[in-house]
Amino acid sequence: MPHKTFFWFFFPTGLAMILFIGLPIVSSFFQSLHIENQQILMEVENCDPFGCTTNVRVDVEATEKLKEENPLGRFNGFGTYTDRNHLAFDEIKEAWNTSSSTSEFKDIVLNLPFYKAVLFTLTFCFAVTPPVIILGFIVALSINTLVKSLKGLAIFGAILPMIVTPLIGSLVLFWMIDSQGIIGATIKILFGDPNLSLKSSSTLTWITLIIYGIWHNTPFAFIVFYAALQTVPQDPIEAALIDGASRFQRVRFIVIPHLYPVATFIMLICLMDNFRVFEPIIGFSAEGVAQSLSWMIYQDLRNENKMLFGSAGATSMLTIIGIAILLTPVLLRTWKEFRTER
Amino acid sequence: MKKLIIALLLSFMTSGAYAGSHSPCGPTEGSINILANEFNTYRIFMDEVKSCAGSDVDFSVTHSVDHNKLQVAALSANPSEFSAKLVTNGSITPLMNDGLLRPLDDLVAKYGANLNDNQKITIDGKIYAVAFMANAQHLWYRESILNELGIAVPSTYEEVIAAAQKIKDSGKMANPYGGAFKSGWNLGQEFVNMYLGHGGEFFKSGSAQPNVNNAKGVAALNVIKSLTELSNPDFLTQDTNAVKEEWESGNLALMHVWNSGASSLLDDEGDQAVRADTRLAPSPSVGGGSMPATTLWWDGIAIATNTSAENAEASFRALVGAASSAELANNYADATVWLIKDYKGGNTAGPVVDAASRGASPYPSFPHMSLMHGALSTELVEFLQGNESAEKALADVEAAYIAKATEQGFL
Repeated sequence: MPHKTFFWFFFPTGLAMILFIGLPIVSSFFQSLHIENQQILMEVENCDPFGCTTNVRVDVEATEKLKEENPLGRFNGFGTYTDRNHLAFDEIKEAWNTSSSTSEFKDIVLNLPFYKAVLFTLTFCFAVTPPVIILGFIVALSINTLVKSLKGLAIFGAILPMIVTPLIGSLVLFWMIDSQGIIGATIKILFGDPNLSLKSSSTLTWITLIIYGIWHNTPFAFIVFYAALQTVPQDPIEAALIDGASRFQRVRFIVIPHLYPVATFIMLICLMDNFRVFEPIIGFSAEGVAQSLSWMIYQDLRNENKMLFGSAGATSMLTIIGIAILLTPVLLRTWKEFRTER
Repeated sequence: MKKLIIALLLSFMTSGAYAGSHSPCGPTEGSINILANEFNTYRIFMDEVKSCAGSDVDFSVTHSVDHNKLQVAALSANPSEFSAKLVTNGSITPLMNDGLLRPLDDLVAKYGANLNDNQKITIDGKIYAVAFMANAQHLWYRESILNELGIAVPSTYEEVIAAAQKIKDSGKMANPYGGAFKSGWNLGQEFVNMYLGHGGEFFKSGSAQPNVNNAKGVAALNVIKSLTELSNPDFLTQDTNAVKEEWESGNLALMHVWNSGASSLLDDEGDQAVRADTRLAPSPSVGGGSMPATTLWWDGIAIATNTSAENAEASFRALVGAASSAELANNYADATVWLIKDYKGGNTAGPVVDAASRGASPYPSFPHMSLMHGALSTELVEFLQGNESAEKALADVEAAYIAKATEQGFL
């Protein structure tokens, strides 16, 4: 495609991306460099049904005046990025100096909210993505061999987990794993432990979330693999058949190499999606034991009485950087392949 | 099809006739849009507000358990998303911090003749809210179970733990105690109760510096831990409504939940055997203290600053009509402790009155309390799971609070 044609072809998309993705990111970045203005407090007399007390309250007028002078708030540079709720440089430095062993250092660091969230987010990413690719591939292969009349139904069944809204899907599963729910109760009986609860142990909650993630993401991998399977050339497969290759050998030496770029694509998308894991945490009420980076942003904007824009902005920026780091190896690889193919 | 049209016509006719009727509290123009928490007593109150509003005005109400997460953003908009908000002594402070509530003196002078003086919530000499009910968490127990095992009604948390342990050991119930320990606001509230019960102060006097990492905080956490060990293992996911469901299923013998729960726990739905056996008791004290480990709350009505004078007036008239309706209070005498004039008192008010008379503190109304509550909501979980010491958890609470309070400009 000539460059000019490509430019005009891409222009509307590019413009929309700048307007709706680029500018908001810039704006979040600016917000993340600021914190709220100083709150001016004053003593007042309050009376309610339980009596009168002297209390402090925010002097709204004075605070409002400060806000008018500095609508963005006070400039804090990268202060929010390095505070305890984000990269926590001071706390890490102190932990490094005071801890006597690496495991103690590790414990202190992983107790900090940001690193706790990074640990869960990465664990989720790397535990979910490979099974999704493998399972998606197996499901695609199996459905591809079905008789035509059954295919439609099987495809519908296989993509159902993706159709179900994540929040609803996780809520359904949440009730099923309740200690009185069908799965929870069965597990209790199987292990003979009446106090076993999937929701109360961190490890079991993480495992539940990961299984949910695999269940929810597999259809995506399946549908892409299934589409790609339709493009596998029949000639080499027939040739292999004549040579007496088994089904496994045909898949291993003809189908998999053909689908390799597709697998890279799926991995890219899956890693990116899973790095933003959020809904299952809410659906499973797992906030207590599993926090992800997206959940931290939600917490700043939603769970506080007042939105912490600076903090949320900083976490967003760090998430973007995280995704970039995560995807670099895959992108480099794709780029190399692209170059060699040329 | 014909039937459907007739039905539709009929419904139009009836609604037309209804619109023509006189509305009891008088607002005739404007629109009323209220944000409120979600529990049964509020629903009862809102039904009264609605009938008070009549049908000449647009009326809508949003009940949400997430009301205090929504309120600041919703009322900051201009015009505000809601014309009125049901507030408590806990949720009013973030709104006051941003000047989002309208002083009500003029409206009270005009329409508030039937209000008790103690219903008027004044801050710095101005009325910002009108309270209609008082609430507190207190103990609930199953009489037959306690009697059967020869347990006296516990009056301290130490006795609650011993009693629950005894019930557990008897094999009658696996997890006899219930409390709202869901990580988030509920868990934070349990700590607030227990810490105040131990005589703790959340902030160093005269400043916004946190002050929870001390012996009282550790003692409070240890009591909570002992209670959770006698609760459903899923306690970190159970809020008040979930605990009430457990109670109605007959899985609990002791619980510490809101007095306003009476309206749903003592109604005709659910297992009537459990209901007949349900008793209310004062909130226990803890750690040798004399005051109950609970907080006093009032619930009231407040009007948004960023709403038109017309809507503010309509909303206030409808709300204050309900907040001064002795009929409402006496028809639903057991739903909560109404603060309404000529309320004769119900059978369930005892524990709240008791808490107030024994010196329970109202929920702290510092402007930075919600940040402290937020920090408590998330940082105590690991201790309750046994992964962290109480001191470490409280140090985390303070550190998380400091980071947030710095960003909000309180430190």
